[in-house]
Amino acid sequence: MSKRIQVNDLNVFYGKFKAVEGISMTIEPRSVTAFIGPSGCGKSTFLRTLNRMHEVIPGAYVEGEVLVDGDNLYGEGVDPVLVRRQVGMVFQRPNPFPTMSIRDNVLAGVKLNNTRMAKSDADALVEKSLQGANLWNEVKDRLNLPGSGLSGGQQQRLCIARAIAVSPEVILMDEPCSALDPISTLAIEDLIEDLKREYTIVIVTHNMQQASRVSDKTAFFNIAGTGKPGKLIEYADTTKIFSNPDVQATEDYVSGRFG
Amino acid sequence: MTTASPQRAALRAVRRPGDRIFSGTALGAGVVILLLLAAVAIFLITESLPAFTADPDEIGMLRGATFLEYVAPLVFGTLWAALLALIIAAPLAVGIALFISHFAPRRLAAVIGYVVDLLAALPSVVYGLWGATTFAPILQPFYVWLNENLGWIPLFEGPVSATGRTIATAALVLAVMILPIMTAICREVFLQAPRLHEEAALALGATRWEMIRMAVLPFARGGMVSAAMLALGRALGETMAVTMVLSASGVITFDLISSTNPTTIPANIALSFPEAYGEGVNVLIATGLILFIVTFAVNAIARYIVNRRAAFSGAN
Repeated sequence: MSKRIQVNDLNVFYGKFKAVEGISMTIEPRSVTAFIGPSGCGKSTFLRTLNRMHEVIPGAYVEGEVLVDGDNLYGEGVDPVLVRRQVGMVFQRPNPFPTMSIRDNVLAGVKLNNTRMAKSDADALVEKSLQGANLWNEVKDRLNLPGSGLSGGQQQRLCIARAIAVSPEVILMDEPCSALDPISTLAIEDLIEDLKREYTIVIVTHNMQQASRVSDKTAFFNIAGTGKPGKLIEYADTTKIFSNPDVQATEDYVSGRFG
Repeated sequence: MTTASPQRAALRAVRRPGDRIFSGTALGAGVVILLLLAAVAIFLITESLPAFTADPDEIGMLRGATFLEYVAPLVFGTLWAALLALIIAAPLAVGIALFISHFAPRRLAAVIGYVVDLLAALPSVVYGLWGATTFAPILQPFYVWLNENLGWIPLFEGPVSATGRTIATAALVLAVMILPIMTAICREVFLQAPRLHEEAALALGATRWEMIRMAVLPFARGGMVSAAMLALGRALGETMAVTMVLSASGVITFDLISSTNPTTIPANIALSFPEAYGEGVNVLIATGLILFIVTFAVNAIARYIVNRRAAFSGAN
């Protein structure tokens, strides 16, 4: 189910502007990897290259390779649509489809893959996904109501249920808790802990306590200044990054001396 | 002192002069709309009354028929022409708007948007001239072909009009006329579809078209219905183009290509007004009242359709 991601010398561009430069890293399967760093350092941009969502923006493109279990996502003839079915994504702000019911939101991705599905199978998948996202007990009596009627934290868990319903290999999370209150944040963090058993998870976060709580490995990104490309400064076990990092900038950042 | 004043006075918000002027003008504008509508309605009703109360035999225009018998074919023709125009224009408008908002490169999109807006600037008499003198003769051989090959469908039963000035031509001209407003509104609504939901669909592995079906079209549903209703309103009320294009005989028929065509209320008013006298004028105004009611009903039905699924509209 879960796969290893290997990134080799990746450069990311928005038109002529180089946003991220020279990233090489390996992300282990069944682990949680956190990306931290100041705003604008390119961590979200880099995350979006892992499921080819970066190129959705006009003029944006990528150099280098991203290997998922040895297959290059940016290889010749690779369909970005199929990549995105393998690598799920959860966004910064909860974005369930407002025009769909809770049930249809969960099934949205599955319906893209196979058009016909027996109702009993669909029901089972909805229950399994919502239970996987720790939301089942809260919504099981109102599956046919609109998803936009849920609270922010519930909406975000609905988005996670939607992502895991298609059984992806990898789940990317772009600051999934930044729009949520502490209780909902805790619920999501517990969920990440559970999901790790089955999926490779990569999470971007501004919250360093969160990175230290949920992740196995942490990558610190930084930029030299405005207009310069973001770079991967240090990538190591989370405990090492937060206790005795090799690079001074990392220590300054995690100890709150800048950023 | 303020501490001495009663509790209620202390809670009242400060009324600034700017607020008062603004709320006054806003209220005034709202009242003017209602007054205008009321004035139109009162005019239509009072002027139509003689048509309902007078003896049908004494009104030359009715030619012995009752008012209902006179107006029924007109209502049918009006709805039929507008509906045909909408059926032709709606898919086209949605397609063009989607192309402009989601598929075309930015520069091309701007050019196409400009051209479509230009269509709206053409006076309807120009459409009428073009439809009657150029478009109808071009379509006529096509109608013959339709009649020969699909004549078993009642819509193409014939006999085929020799001039091509049929209800189908009128509907096509109407469709071109309502295309710009529908396209413009649909484009605006499509552009407002939240980026966040589009990305959600793409991240699930949707193709561009699937993304549009999942995140854009459902979101734009209300706007699209509104666009269709505005367009329908224009098609129902369009006078000049229909008057010039259609060779009308005021029958009720679904045949699209024959030489005997139903006519519309506005076109009938335009054609009959110069020779109307006495209570004949009241009859024509009464048909105007019917048009007013029909348009009102169509709009009310559309509102009802949009509001029925308000919880899923995406507005919350």
